[in-house]
Amino acid sequence: MSTQSIGIAAGLAQANDRFHAARRRQLMTLVVVVLVISVLPLLVKDVYLQNIMVLTLMYTALSQSWNILGGYCGQISLGHAIYFGIGAYTSTLLFTKFGVSPWFGMAAGGGIAALVALVLGYPFFRLKGHYFTIATIVVAEAALVLFLSWPYAGGALGIQLPAAADNWANLQFGRNKLPFIYTALALATITWLVTWKIEDSRWGYWWRAVKDNPEAAESLGVVIFNSKMAAAALSAFFVAVGGSFYAQFVAYIDPDSVLNFHFSLLFALPAVLGGIGTLWGPALGAIILIPLTEFTRSYAGGSGQGIDLIIYGALIMLIALWKPEGLIGFFVRQPKPLPASADEGAHS
Amino acid sequence: MPCREHRLLRLRVKGLAQDNGLKTMTFQALAQIVVSGLLMGLIYALIAAGLSLIFGLMDVVNFAHGEFLMMAMYAMFGLVLALAVDPVLLMPIVAGLMFALGAIVYLGVVRHAMRAKVNAGMVQVFATFGLAIVLRGLAQLFFTPDFRSIPNTWLGGKTLNLGGIFLPWPQLFGGAVSIAAFVGLYLLISRTDFGRALAATREDAGAVALVGIDRNKVFTIGWGLGAGLVGLAGSVMAIFFYIHPDVGGPFALTAYVTVALGGFGSIFGALAAGVIIGLIEAITATILPTEMKSLGIYAAYLAVVFVRPRGLFGNI
Amino acid sequence: MTAAPILSVKNVTRRFGGLTANSDVSIDVPQGEILGLIGPNGAGKSTLFNIIAGAFPPSEGRIVLNGADITGLDAPARCAAGIARTFQVVKSFESMSVIENVMVGSFVRTASAAEARRKAAEVLEFVELDGRANALAGELTPPEKRRLEMARALATEPKLLLLDEVMTGLTPTEARKGVALIRRVRETGVTILMVEHVMEIVMPLVDRAVVLHLGKVLSEGTPRQVVADEAVINAYLGDRHRA
Ligand SMILES: Nc1ncnc2c1ncn2[C@@H]1O[C@H](COP(=O)(O)OP(=O)(O)O)[C@@H](O)[C@H]1O
Ligand SMILES: [Mg+2]
Repeated sequence: MSTQSIGIAAGLAQANDRFHAARRRQLMTLVVVVLVISVLPLLVKDVYLQNIMVLTLMYTALSQSWNILGGYCGQISLGHAIYFGIGAYTSTLLFTKFGVSPWFGMAAGGGIAALVALVLGYPFFRLKGHYFTIATIVVAEAALVLFLSWPYAGGALGIQLPAAADNWANLQFGRNKLPFIYTALALATITWLVTWKIEDSRWGYWWRAVKDNPEAAESLGVVIFNSKMAAAALSAFFVAVGGSFYAQFVAYIDPDSVLNFHFSLLFALPAVLGGIGTLWGPALGAIILIPLTEFTRSYAGGSGQGIDLIIYGALIMLIALWKPEGLIGFFVRQPKPLPASADEGAHS
Repeated sequence: MPCREHRLLRLRVKGLAQDNGLKTMTFQALAQIVVSGLLMGLIYALIAAGLSLIFGLMDVVNFAHGEFLMMAMYAMFGLVLALAVDPVLLMPIVAGLMFALGAIVYLGVVRHAMRAKVNAGMVQVFATFGLAIVLRGLAQLFFTPDFRSIPNTWLGGKTLNLGGIFLPWPQLFGGAVSIAAFVGLYLLISRTDFGRALAATREDAGAVALVGIDRNKVFTIGWGLGAGLVGLAGSVMAIFFYIHPDVGGPFALTAYVTVALGGFGSIFGALAAGVIIGLIEAITATILPTEMKSLGIYAAYLAVVFVRPRGLFGNI
Repeated sequence: MTAAPILSVKNVTRRFGGLTANSDVSIDVPQGEILGLIGPNGAGKSTLFNIIAGAFPPSEGRIVLNGADITGLDAPARCAAGIARTFQVVKSFESMSVIENVMVGSFVRTASAAEARRKAAEVLEFVELDGRANALAGELTPPEKRRLEMARALATEPKLLLLDEVMTGLTPTEARKGVALIRRVRETGVTILMVEHVMEIVMPLVDRAVVLHLGKVLSEGTPRQVVADEAVINAYLGDRHRA
C-alpha cells in the first residue's frame, strides 16, 4: 500500500488505508459469524430449529446471488425462480436418469443457468425498468408452465429423489440436518466471499455505475450490455447451485415447488429488507425474514386464519417504509445531508 | 383458472374444433373463440385500467393490484350476503368502497413510500407488495381460504344464444361495463378539470405546484379511481368466478403484462392490449392444452417488447 | 494552424423529428488548443457534444479523431479512444463515494482496482477534491459535483476533453478556481473543447471560439474576432430581445 501511495497527499493515503482496513474488518466479521453459526447446531438440536437454520442460510446464499444482479447492477429480476428451477431439475434429472453425482449436477445446473441467463439477457437487457422486470416474471412463469407439461421431467407430479446411501458423495443424509446446515453455510459463505471480492473489482464498480447512471457510465467507457450480462450470468449460476442444494435437501421437486413466482420474491426480499446492493444486507434480511416466516406459519398459520400473512406482510411494509435503505441502515453510516454552505466542503 | 362458465365454453369450442378438425373449423366455432376472447379481453382491460392510470400518474406500480381485485370480489360477496340484493345493483357501492380503499392506501402507504430518498423504486414495490400480503391475510381471516361463489344471481349461469354462438351474460355485461368505464375515463381525462390536473401532474410534477394544483389531492383521487376501476372489474367477476384469497394473483400478472404490452401509462394502450390478450388467450386455449393457455400471452408480450421495448403505445 | 487537428467534425447534421439541432457543422480542433463553443440557448451545442462523445449518432456527417473515422463507435469505445466529457446536467453516481466515482473512469485504462484507486486519488488531488474523497457523491454541493465530473473524465486519461457548461451556477470565486483548473488540465497536454454560456469566462480562457446559432456555425476565430463579428452581435442581441 505504502509504495502505491507515493505522490498522493497524506490525507488520501490515510483514507486509502482506512478503506483497506474496513475491508479486512468485513472479512474478520465473516470469520466470527461463520464460527458462531458452526457451533450453533451443536447446541440447538431441535430438528424444527435446525430446519429453519438450513433455510435461513440457503436464502442468505440465494438472496446474495440475486443481489449481484438486482442490488449491485440494479436490474430488478423477479424471475430468478427459473434459475433455481434449472439448478434443481438439472442435478435431480442427472442423478435419477444417469446416476450422476449431485455435486457434478450442481455445477452443471449452474453452468446451464448461466448460459440461459446470457441467452435471455441478450434480448432482455434492451428493456428498461418495469418492462425488464415483467419480462423476467413472464419468462419464469412460461418455464413453470413448460415444466408442468414435460413428461421426461415428471410433469406436474414432479420427481422423487431416489434414496441412495447417506453420505457426502450423494449429498443425502436421511434425517440428519447437520450436513445440510454446513453445506448451506458453505454456500452462503462462498457467495458472500465472491460478492466481497467483486465489490472492490472492476466489475463491481462498473455494475454500481450502471445502476446509478447508465448514461454517465457509458461516457466513462463502461459497456452497459456486457456489464449486465456478466452480472446476470454470475447471479444465475449461484441461484442454480442453490436450487440443486434445495432439491437434495427436500428430496422431492415438482414445478410448483421450485419454479413458483414465490421463490423469485423470496430471493429479492431478504436483500431488499436487509439492504439492497450491500454485502451484509441479504444475510441480515434472511435472518429476520425466514425464521419469522417459519414461526408465524407454524404458530399462527396452522389454523389457516391468515394471521401469519398479516404479520409477514406488515413487517415487509414497515421495513420498506421506515428503513428504505434496509436494516443495514442501523449498522452503517447514513448519508449526511448536504452541507449548509458551499464553503464547508470546499477546503482542500 | 377455475372459471366455471368460461371453461364450459372452452370445452364446447374445443369440441367443435375437434369434431370438424382444426382446418375445417366452422365459422361458428371461430366466431365463438373470437367473441369469448374479446369479452374476456375487455374484462382484462378493465382490470388493467386502474394499474395503468396510477402508473401514468406517478410512475408507481401497484403490486397489490390483484388483491384490490380480490377485495372487490369479497366486498360484493359480503354485500350480497348481507343485503340479499343482486350484484348488478350493488356495483356502484363496491366501486365506491374500492375508491375509498384506494384513497386510504395512497394516504396511508404510498404517500410515505414516495418520500423515500434512497431506493425509492424498491420501496414502492415492496410497500405495496407487503400490503398485498396483508390483504390476503385479512381475506383469510375474515372469509377463510375456502372457495366462494355467489349463487342465484340474475346473470350467473345464463347464456345468450346468438345464432349458435353462446355468450355468457356475465361476460357480456362485463364487456359492456368495461366499455362504459373506458368511455367515462376518456371523458374524465379530456373534459374535466381533474383530467387536466391529471395530465399536468403527469407532464411535470414541478410545474404543477406552480400552477397551484394540489398534487396530493390529485394522487389521492387517482388512487381512488384506479381502485374504483378494478372494483368494477371485481364486481363483475364475482358473478362468474370463484372467490378466494389468492384469486388476484394470476389476474394481476395478466394485468401487468397487459399494461406493459400496451405501454406503461397509456390507458387506451391498456384497452387495446387487454383485448389482444383476451383474443390470444382464447386462441391458445383451443390449440394447446388448457393449462398452457397463458403461454400465448407470454410469447406475445416477449415478442412485442423485443420489437417495441416500450410496448405498443408507450411513450415513457 | 499547421498542427493536424486532433478532432474534426465534418458536415454534421442532426435532426430530432422536424427539428434540426445541428446543420452541416464542421469544426477542426487542433491538438493542445482550448476551443470555446458558444451560442445562445438551444443553439445545438450540447447536441454536438453528444455526437462527438458518441451518445447518439449524427443524422449525417462524420467525426474524425486523430485521422481515424470514429463515427461508428459507441460512447464507451470513444472513451477508450480518448474522448471524455462532462454533462451539462451533472450525472453523478450518487450512491457511490467520490473516489469510487472517479475509479469508474480509471477502469477504462486498468483492470486493477488498486491501480484505479491510486489513479483516482491522484486526479482528486489534481482537481482539489481530495478532502471529500470518502463522501458520497449524493452529499456533494453543486460546485463540488461539477469538479467530480471533471475528475471522473480526467481519470479516463483523455486526449480530448469536452466540458459542457462547467461554470454554470458557480460563484465568481469558484469560477476563477474553475478557470485555473482548466488551464492546468491543458498544461498536461489535453485538448479541450468547452461549451460556456458566460462570455466573460470563456473569452479570456479560450484560444479560439466557434459560435453556433440555430444549429449552424455562425462565426469562428479568436475571441477578439468573434465578439467583433456583426452576425454574432445580432444573434446575441436577438436572443436577448426574445428572452
Ligand atoms: N434528445 C432530444 N430530442 C429532441 N430534441 C432535442 C434533443 N436534444 C436536444 N434537442 C433540441 O435540440 C435543440 C438544441 O439543443 P441543445 O443542443 O441542448 O442546445 P444548447 O446546448 O446549445 O443549449 C433544442 O431545440 C433542443 O430542444
Ligand atoms: Mg446545452
